[in-house]
Amino acid sequence: MYNLADSKIFDFSRVTGPIHDWLMSFLPGWLTTTVECVAIGVGLLLVYALLALFYIYFERKVCAAFQCRLGPNRVGPWGLLQSFADMFKILIKELIQLNHIDKFLFALAPYLVIIASMLCFAVLPWGDGLQIIDFNIGIFFLIACSSIGVLGILLAGWSSNNKFTLIGALRSGAQMVSYELSIGLCVVTMVCLAGSMSVTDIVLAQADCWFIVKGHIAALIAFVIYMIAGTAETNRGPFDLPEAESELTAGYHTEYSGIHFGFFYLAEYLNLFIVAGVATLLFFGGWMPLHIAGWDGFNTVMDYIPTPIWFIGKAIALSFIIIWFKWTFPRLRIDQLLSLEWKYLLPINLFNLALMVCIITFGWHF
Amino acid sequence: MANIQEKTAKLFPDATFTTDGNGTLQISVADERWHDLAKFLRDDSEISMDYLVTIAGMDWVESLGCVYYLMSTKHNVMCSVRVAAGPDRDHPYIHSVADLWRIAEIYEREVYDFFGIIFINNPDMRRLFLNIDWVGYPLRKDYDENPELNPVSIENERQTDLTSMYVEKDGKVVKTEHEVFHKDDFVVNIGPQHPATHGVLRFRTAVDGETIKKIDVYMGYIHRGVEKLCETLQYPQTLHFMDRLDYFSGQIYHHGLCLLYEKAANIEISRRAQVIRVMMDELSRIASHCLFIGTYCMDLGATTMLFYTLRVREQILDIFEKTCGARMTFNYACIGGVMQDIAPDFADDVKALLEVLPKNIKEYNKIFTGNVIAKNRMEGVGYLSREDAISYAITGPSGRGSGWACDMRKLRPYSIYSELDFEEVVREEGDSMARFKVRMDEMEQSAKILAQLVDNIPDGEYLVKVPKVLKIEKGEWFQLVEGCRGACGFYLVSDGTTKPYRLKIAPPCLPLASVVDHITRGSKIADLITIGGSLDYIVPDMDR
Amino acid sequence: MEVTTKSMPYEAFKDNEYIEKLVKELQESGTNVIVGSFDKLINWGRSNSLWPLTFATSCCGIEFVSLGAARFDMARFGWEVARASPRQADFMMVAGTIVNRMVPVFRRLYDQLAEPKYVIACGSCAISGGPFRKSYHVAKGIEDIVPVDVFVPGCPPRPEAMIYGIMQLSRKVKVERFFGGVNRQEKRREFLEEHPVVPDSK
Repeated sequence: MYNLADSKIFDFSRVTGPIHDWLMSFLPGWLTTTVECVAIGVGLLLVYALLALFYIYFERKVCAAFQCRLGPNRVGPWGLLQSFADMFKILIKELIQLNHIDKFLFALAPYLVIIASMLCFAVLPWGDGLQIIDFNIGIFFLIACSSIGVLGILLAGWSSNNKFTLIGALRSGAQMVSYELSIGLCVVTMVCLAGSMSVTDIVLAQADCWFIVKGHIAALIAFVIYMIAGTAETNRGPFDLPEAESELTAGYHTEYSGIHFGFFYLAEYLNLFIVAGVATLLFFGGWMPLHIAGWDGFNTVMDYIPTPIWFIGKAIALSFIIIWFKWTFPRLRIDQLLSLEWKYLLPINLFNLALMVCIITFGWHF
Repeated sequence: MANIQEKTAKLFPDATFTTDGNGTLQISVADERWHDLAKFLRDDSEISMDYLVTIAGMDWVESLGCVYYLMSTKHNVMCSVRVAAGPDRDHPYIHSVADLWRIAEIYEREVYDFFGIIFINNPDMRRLFLNIDWVGYPLRKDYDENPELNPVSIENERQTDLTSMYVEKDGKVVKTEHEVFHKDDFVVNIGPQHPATHGVLRFRTAVDGETIKKIDVYMGYIHRGVEKLCETLQYPQTLHFMDRLDYFSGQIYHHGLCLLYEKAANIEISRRAQVIRVMMDELSRIASHCLFIGTYCMDLGATTMLFYTLRVREQILDIFEKTCGARMTFNYACIGGVMQDIAPDFADDVKALLEVLPKNIKEYNKIFTGNVIAKNRMEGVGYLSREDAISYAITGPSGRGSGWACDMRKLRPYSIYSELDFEEVVREEGDSMARFKVRMDEMEQSAKILAQLVDNIPDGEYLVKVPKVLKIEKGEWFQLVEGCRGACGFYLVSDGTTKPYRLKIAPPCLPLASVVDHITRGSKIADLITIGGSLDYIVPDMDR
Repeated sequence: MEVTTKSMPYEAFKDNEYIEKLVKELQESGTNVIVGSFDKLINWGRSNSLWPLTFATSCCGIEFVSLGAARFDMARFGWEVARASPRQADFMMVAGTIVNRMVPVFRRLYDQLAEPKYVIACGSCAISGGPFRKSYHVAKGIEDIVPVDVFVPGCPPRPEAMIYGIMQLSRKVKVERFFGGVNRQEKRREFLEEHPVVPDSK
């Protein structure tokens, strides 16, 4: 076993702990919690916005590279400020007031979507000691939260009083409910291997060896299924049926303008990060640096790299794969999409779960 | 052909026979006998005129009427039939042949729209291109063009779900009305502004969940009245519209219309001009199919392919640009030859293109055709049988995907095509995949033609001398050319002046749009995009 | 003031007098320092982020596709986010002929665009009816239907011309004031009073 206690990994609770103690020294307990919550909330929003802007830029550049183009390069150095310009623009765009719609639900929908993805951020393991809440059922909470998003999409489509959005919303409902199943089973498979639902425990369990290696065949199958289902869950190509541009103009958010549309747009990219982040957590050790048994020097060097860089780096690398899917494959049809899930992924997944249980029971893992 | 005349004369003693400028037999018959004659021409095994090329509405001032151009796919023979409506200009009637040729339904609607001729028994007698409140019939010679009658209005046009049908009852023509859609249908309006309709086409789609029950096609959102405009312009002036109909086969349409005028005016053009024209045609065919593949893949969600196919298209546009000076509207072929001589490095550029083309086609196949999702999306989707293809007059790559060898370059060779060695690509499957693959293979055949010609461009003049003001004697001519999307027909009636009396353009895309309803029934909304994309219609071409 | 955009040199633009006149008109009433600098930031964002509506009726639309492709690559300037829904687009490139039957649809699309919105008339058909001007079924220019910001002549215009046209729009956006002052929003209001919005027929 890799000895974490002696490692050089920087524990962020060494920074956050004293701040907490200092606040407690002159504030009552409830106020301390409030102040901390506000501070974290502001920090989270900032990270959230910056990450989304980065992702938009990243995807535009990656897609340009696939298509032999240059991508944004005129606004700011290497076009880095392009997504900031877009943000300013979208903030001041008009919010169109529509008639003949359910105004309350119409206004609520984008917030549901964005809140769902924000809640997921709370349990992601950003680094050693850099986790907002450490539940004992963290991964369970994550799955529960990410499902709220589909509600927002359904509401958006239904309340717009538009046939395209309705079809888009129903497609999205069918798709997300189906693929949630696969995601859930993949997570269960990996939770079996970890023996805990706590995010920290899952990460710590991968100190000597990442799960993708530890669980070998079963983990690999789970990973492939997770990537497919995760792509579907984020409504990205080849599973972008709810907003299939060539079929439904802009799908469920056709009627949204201004910042409400901006929320959907941001949430899409943030969900991409969350899906990649969970994959990192379950298969690639979360913030855990790469450790190879016996290579002590190498392991120490790896430990010097700060853990948030490990986590975000891995997540971006995985989301690159999902972006790659989008710009390579054509789109599936709705019946093909559902049969892929119910006829193929689900049986394989159930079998895989049994396989994983066997692996654990007989101790076949590394 | 004498055979047709003999047999027809025996059965229809009151029919009269003439020949048009091409030497095609023209039968004139009264409206009462027209439906019987049509049935006879279609069903007689020795004649079997199963392909209705076009219906050209005519205003002969003394009466209105139609000229039907028919073709036999079995014997490769053409004939035309002249049917005059009664002398009453307010209520002209002709019997419909929509029950014999499926495509006649939409052609007759077009004639009704332009000339006001009512077709008895046509199940759908609505206006096609113009909105339902339009005053007058624009292609009549006495049409009042006063813009106050039909003002440009920003108010939404009046809509109705009713369509009318005229039937004969007790010797009188009675108008009946029925609904297009069922009362409980969930009708989704796709278009005219929609990313996947390839222009401004509008489908009113009745769906049951994701399954399509019925599609009602609306056209005319880019109807620019080219045929009427041509009647006011001199012959050379009419040419430039051809670039703007099917903007991908501009070169080919130019070529076709020039051939028609040259035939009518007895102009011989030099061999050099012929070779240049054919090379330009084939280049634009490759460019067009490239763009088809790209936009089709984009419709299916594989956006990246578009950028790979546009690379080849840009290279071809460069070749065009060096010679013609434009990227899209070339206006290159003209009466008597071509506008300018080819650029000095034309041959080298074409050779460079021929070198990279096979590599690119291989790449496209690797990225897209072999992809399992693409296969699932395309195979078996939008099946069109050979009989339906002929009945609906689906020519071009789409028809050939259904097993109908309908390449006009082979069937009725024009220019120098009879001397060239190339194969007609025909596939039997009839689905979207077949239509896609036909186009892929056609690019190779076009490259083959180019390879034969690129080193053999003969010397000579590129433009023979023709009078600046061209006068064409009285008569009628018809010319078919193979555009990128199918057979395009040009029908000219001249009254001996410098302007055409009537120039009918029979575009290949009108049938393509009319068949959408037939082949999408029962498939999914996503399949509508697949099928529409695979048919590859160009809306300005069908609307004119 | 030298108004330029997308790292282009000021001299590269041909009609600087027009923009200078526009700036002069705008500065006549003076500017508030705070509002002015806030304006600058927002206008920087707006002028650099122009999302087109995918709207094309004929030939010019194909050149617009070429504009997105590798050779001309409008993504460099951040214009490649073509939105299919008018609610999310900033400007509409009217690429192609607008015929009588299309006019209500076109006007509706314009009304559906979210403010601030702009129109580029691209190609001779959109400007005046072009070669089809004499036809019975063609609108003679879109200027009577919607207010137009930039005209790009050509039949069809080359992609370079389109890039130049959108850059001109970008410069115009940059100098107009978002908060108060005389700007073209006023002019548009006048236009819309003359050509009122069609109420929904339902």
